[in-house]
Amino acid sequence: MKLSIRALMGACAVGAIGTFAMAETTITVATVNNGDMVRMQGLMDDFYAKHPDIKVEWVTLEENVLRQNVTTDIAAGGGQYDVITIGTYEVPIWGKLGWLESLNDLPADYDVDDLLPAIRGGLTVDGNLYASPFYGESSFVNYRKDLAEKAGITIPDAPTWDDIKAAAAAMTDTEAGIYGICLRGKAGWGENMAFLTTMANSYGARWFDENWQPQFDQPEWKAVMTDYVELLTKYGPPGASNNGYNENLTLSLQGKCAMRMDATVSAGALTDPAQSEFADKVGFALAPDAGLGKRANWLWAWSLAIPASSDAKDAAKTFINWATNKEYLALVASKEGWGNVPPGTRTSLYANPEYAALPFAKMTIDSINAADPTNPATKPVPYVGVQFVAIPEFAGLATSVGEIFSAALAGQKTVDEALAEAQALAVAEMTAAGYIK
Amino acid sequence: MARAHSPRRKLLTTLAAWTVALIIFFPVLWMILTSFKTEPSAVAMPPEFLSADWTLENYAEVWARSDYPRFFWNSVVISVGSTLLGLLIAIPAAWAMAFVPGKKTKDLLMWMLSTKMMPAVAVMIPLYLLFLKFGLIDTRIGLVIALMLMNLPIIIWMLYTYFKEIPGEILEASRMDGASLWGEIVHVLTPMALPGIASTMLLNIILAWNEAFWTIVLTTTKAAPLSAFIASFSAPQGLFYAKLSAASAMAILPILILGWFSQKQLVRGLTFGAVK
Amino acid sequence: MSTHSSRLAARLMVAPSVALLLVWMIVPLAMTLYYSFRLYRLISPDRTGWTGFTNYVWFFQSPDFWLAMGNTLVLVGGVLVITVTLGILIALLIDQPIKGQGVLRILVIAPFFVMPPVAASILENLFMHPQNGLFAAVSMALGYEPILFLQDYPMSSVIGIVSWEWLPFATLILLTSLQSLSSEQLEAAEMDGAGAFSRLRYIILPHMTRAITVVILIQTIFLLGIFGEIFTTTQGGPGSASTTLPYMIFKQAIAAKDIGRAAAGGIIAVILANIVAYFLMRGLGRNLDN
Repeated sequence: MKLSIRALMGACAVGAIGTFAMAETTITVATVNNGDMVRMQGLMDDFYAKHPDIKVEWVTLEENVLRQNVTTDIAAGGGQYDVITIGTYEVPIWGKLGWLESLNDLPADYDVDDLLPAIRGGLTVDGNLYASPFYGESSFVNYRKDLAEKAGITIPDAPTWDDIKAAAAAMTDTEAGIYGICLRGKAGWGENMAFLTTMANSYGARWFDENWQPQFDQPEWKAVMTDYVELLTKYGPPGASNNGYNENLTLSLQGKCAMRMDATVSAGALTDPAQSEFADKVGFALAPDAGLGKRANWLWAWSLAIPASSDAKDAAKTFINWATNKEYLALVASKEGWGNVPPGTRTSLYANPEYAALPFAKMTIDSINAADPTNPATKPVPYVGVQFVAIPEFAGLATSVGEIFSAALAGQKTVDEALAEAQALAVAEMTAAGYIK
Repeated sequence: MARAHSPRRKLLTTLAAWTVALIIFFPVLWMILTSFKTEPSAVAMPPEFLSADWTLENYAEVWARSDYPRFFWNSVVISVGSTLLGLLIAIPAAWAMAFVPGKKTKDLLMWMLSTKMMPAVAVMIPLYLLFLKFGLIDTRIGLVIALMLMNLPIIIWMLYTYFKEIPGEILEASRMDGASLWGEIVHVLTPMALPGIASTMLLNIILAWNEAFWTIVLTTTKAAPLSAFIASFSAPQGLFYAKLSAASAMAILPILILGWFSQKQLVRGLTFGAVK
Repeated sequence: MSTHSSRLAARLMVAPSVALLLVWMIVPLAMTLYYSFRLYRLISPDRTGWTGFTNYVWFFQSPDFWLAMGNTLVLVGGVLVITVTLGILIALLIDQPIKGQGVLRILVIAPFFVMPPVAASILENLFMHPQNGLFAAVSMALGYEPILFLQDYPMSSVIGIVSWEWLPFATLILLTSLQSLSSEQLEAAEMDGAGAFSRLRYIILPHMTRAITVVILIQTIFLLGIFGEIFTTTQGGPGSASTTLPYMIFKQAIAAKDIGRAAAGGIIAVILANIVAYFLMRGLGRNLDN
């Protein structure tokens, strides 16, 4: 808790004439620069009106930089932040390490039971809720309905991978600069590996078996990589190995991607006429499956948490309750419209008829509900997490594997070479980390 | 090197020089143009020149979204502070090494440069811990010290080079004229060294202004300079090129103006030297 | 001038810099050396201890290591060749009497004002991108397929971006040196009938040697540590085609949060930098004298 000198002096002055004044508490909130968070910063008047004794200092950074700063601070016990924005990958690991303050004692109006079960489960360790979800997302397919119609195909609401392949082939028109499918190719645990891990889940593949033995040498992974490379080389945009979330979103907004599989949170942008001239032609479908009972959709929630090193925990909790409870959703709806409400955190939002009328609402909630972090693959796994493995070593390992797979996509390695390399690397790292005895 | 040339040759060199300059400058120009387009227009293909959707919206949004003046002021304090402090320490050192060279001067110079050899990421945690211990995290004085030490070798090197170019005979001559040491420094050396000092200062202010690793790692709110401001506009989820360009243009503009003024300073200092 | 007392004065003038830099070098180096022999992962604080040379062995056994070493040298060498050559040519050109010299100089040094991550992001997305970039538009207007810069020519693309950023630095230093060349000397040579080429070869270039040397040495030190531009553009890929040693360290420090390995990488990088510096000094050190 940092008492600002001005507030302190004010308090003293007021105290001198015999009345009591609350000291102003300043909290530092670190957050990513995504649209929903930026919108929150514009709505702070409401917070200050309700809590005039708390002052919020923002640190808004790009995702990678934020992660780097926050991790350094929390691991070194820097105590610079009172509220941090972290994802579903970090929460269980950091919670277990005792780095985060439990949020079990948030006031009753927070209504913890209203949180979507899948999201809440991902943020809870040993019965302690360690972070409050600000917005949640899964992944789905978005496509241009006009192109599908022109090609004479229909994309089912719950497609299979075969449907996707056929649709990609039918809609590709390289002459006109239309690419059948856009998927993440850029290396990184949060880029191509997030997508590939979900695709693997639907193909019956998994990162590790019950004994933490890496599984890249199994036929399921070969099928995943073969289809992935084939889809993108045949129907994807040239240079796909450098396309991440942003690049593919840009291409979709321009109408150059006939179909794309990515985060549900982009639905807002895709249906916004100010950002895309194809806004009224967008169709949505669930992430595909391969008939094995698992769909290729992930689960992620940008969430607010309090570092154990914070010295303004009460004020931080007050802030988190304001930013993530039902009233905040209503506030955004009244000021910016239902389409801009942070999605994917609360059951009550999807029960609201006004929100349910949005074209992407049902698809989003169905996608989120279809993801199961504790049981992500068709075979048993020793880990938690859908598009990641919630162990500290994953980010480093998956980034290296992601590089190998992006080389396969760029045509520098065959699928077999890439998988063999990934397997060798994963075995070495998991052995070094002590998982494989 | 101001020599007379035929008008025809002057025209040709002018043309060539401007062509080259515009090619080098083009990406910056394109970035500035992009900052005035709407996001869809910024990434439109084929690229839009005249038909673009021009707007001031990006600047308005960038301005509204973050406290630009605070970031700006921190950048000024940190880059100017670290450069001036660096010059204060470096000028005597470079002076001594240039005019009273010893056997080991070159080794010393190389050693100074070698203090910059450790890659920043490798010492991120050790330095962070040190800063934490001394209470320097998120303080301007901490960054002034860090950037000063980081750029000190560069400042010494550049000054050394410029000082070396001052011909020793001039010193001898002025001394024979009976000039005092003070007179020598004020009337002979300072005017001659000024362009060197000016260009060293300019380059180091830019280096400090643009430092985008330590200035982000070691700050949160109070001391965060424009690099942190920029980092809040790059790569969010969605289109951002126009806003990033606007934020970047806002970060460049002050230093571009500084560059313009020091350019004049450079030229003036040089005519002094040519008169000699 | 080199009397005993002036030597003493000189030592006193150099002392503060040396003392500061000594502390600035030794403390982080000692800490890095310490961590390089430790098992220390930021997000596994429960597993720590001495590991001997494990962190170093990891680097040497990594399949990317030698490629990364090679790429580091290629990046440094490539950027040096481009910036020094173009820097000399541009400095010569804009030192001529031209209209609008002031504005022109600002234009030429403007790229240096752009923050490196922004420069990389802008060049990658607005210029080199195969669907949205200006270069692709030019290719298509001429009837060619767009070049996949980052996928097919990752190292060249990174070298291009970094060269664009550093060209102004080289140009500015070389230009300043050129301006200190006395015009009488050149005029005398011209009157003696020396052509443009021999003036360049025998008067201008020798005069610029020290400036060129300084540009090479300073840039080498900066370039040996570059990782930001690679992270923004190619992520070291495809595969590890554009991975350099600092980028390998960056991945260990930032993605894997393995401080021990990053520290070992840092020590290796310091050794590499010292080797490079040793050869540079042997080859170029002479130029620093008068």
